[in-house]
Amino acid sequence: MKISVTVNGTKYERDVEPRTLLVYFLREALGLTGAHVGCDSSSCGVCTVVLDGERAVKSCTMFAVQADGHAITTVEGLAQGGKLHPLQQAFWDCHGLQCGFCTPGMLMTSYVFLQRNPDPSEAEIRDALSGNLCRCTGYQNIVASVQQAAGVLRAEAAPAAEPVGA
Amino acid sequence: MIPAAFEYRRAGSTDEAVAWLAELGADARVLAGGQSLIPAMRYRFARPAVLIDINRVAELDYLRENGSLVLGALVRDSKLEHMPGLRARHPLIADVSVVVADPVVRQTATILGSLCHNDPTGDWPVAALAAGAEIVVRGAGGVRVVPIDDFLVDTFETAVADGELALEVRFPAPTERTSGAYQKIERKVGDFATAAAAAQLRLTADGTIAEVGIAIGAAGPKAVRVAAAEALLRGAAPTKDAIRAAGAEAEKLADPVGDARGSVAYKKAMAGVLVARALTVALERLGVGGLR
Repeated sequence: MKISVTVNGTKYERDVEPRTLLVYFLREALGLTGAHVGCDSSSCGVCTVVLDGERAVKSCTMFAVQADGHAITTVEGLAQGGKLHPLQQAFWDCHGLQCGFCTPGMLMTSYVFLQRNPDPSEAEIRDALSGNLCRCTGYQNIVASVQQAAGVLRAEAAPAAEPVGA
Repeated sequence: MIPAAFEYRRAGSTDEAVAWLAELGADARVLAGGQSLIPAMRYRFARPAVLIDINRVAELDYLRENGSLVLGALVRDSKLEHMPGLRARHPLIADVSVVVADPVVRQTATILGSLCHNDPTGDWPVAALAAGAEIVVRGAGGVRVVPIDDFLVDTFETAVADGELALEVRFPAPTERTSGAYQKIERKVGDFATAAAAAQLRLTADGTIAEVGIAIGAAGPKAVRVAAAEALLRGAAPTKDAIRAAGAEAEKLADPVGDARGSVAYKKAMAGVLVARALTVALERLGVGGLR
């Protein structure tokens, strides 16, 4: 079946078998290996990508044909103009990754979560990430990374303050 | 594993989906959230010849509150999770909406899909029993409304016949002095439940229990109503002893499978404990304390 999917702003048209799962389409047909294959059964979250900018989905549990006509964002689409996304920068700064295998999923889940909840508590971050597993057990720094990124994104979203005394 | 090959059809309307289901009968399965169906296809537990994708059927994506909470086939769990005021109006539903699978899966999984999957460890079948839900099903012959007790037939089997499409689920709105709660034990977020229980009850003005729904999950081939516990409590005062007796009925009724999550004896005991907890929390939400 012929599908047309916009991934990280680029439109791709490909012929796929209906049974092709989205994560294999991204990795094998498009060469975007940022979304990883872990448990392959929607438990671990390393394959998480973003659908239409607003929904985190585990791409091992969605068929590529379902993405026809939709926009997908993968970890490769986070950095803009060579500049890391605040989430990526925060994971760097806070040592939010060890082996890095879970990181793309952590980033994409957090990306959607912070849109909905720009100023989350630590407990809310832990809950939001509970479908993403880190087998290095580096959760402490992952949570700290999301907290830092939330602060940066809030500051970016706030209208620029008037210069004092102007 | 990769699922076996299938033919993919994308429905543009309910009419089209129903027509295809009538044409294909047992060869077709409906794809909504797919969060249970796709893993089942990957493990080759399910091997439909044709998958009918209803995700673009906009007319199935609705949520209405008109005395009942009415959820169309495309309402995803996260919609309830983030719905303002839901907890005040439907405490049992609100409890469930934050413990199904995990937060990412809930962004895609649908409530009606979970009911149609009828996994014996699923959350929604348990809650639907306690809440007295109804499911609206459409086939070539028209539309019928199925009470949840008749809907949940057996493991992975419901009253939705070949050629039919489940359209919506209706949860009756709790009236005054009504509350509920859901309790579940799981080894980790996203695991199948080790034990689960739901309760919803209404008190009379003098504080006795007028109506009550109690159900348990992960306790047999399908979620099951604990009718003996309901009978005990109906017309009774909400006391610690009454709650304990209701829990004992659940423990007696539970018929779980022993596995890595726990032995048969443990799971039976937890069915009783969780029914008692669900009742306690529901009553506390109505301002009835001193039950712990």
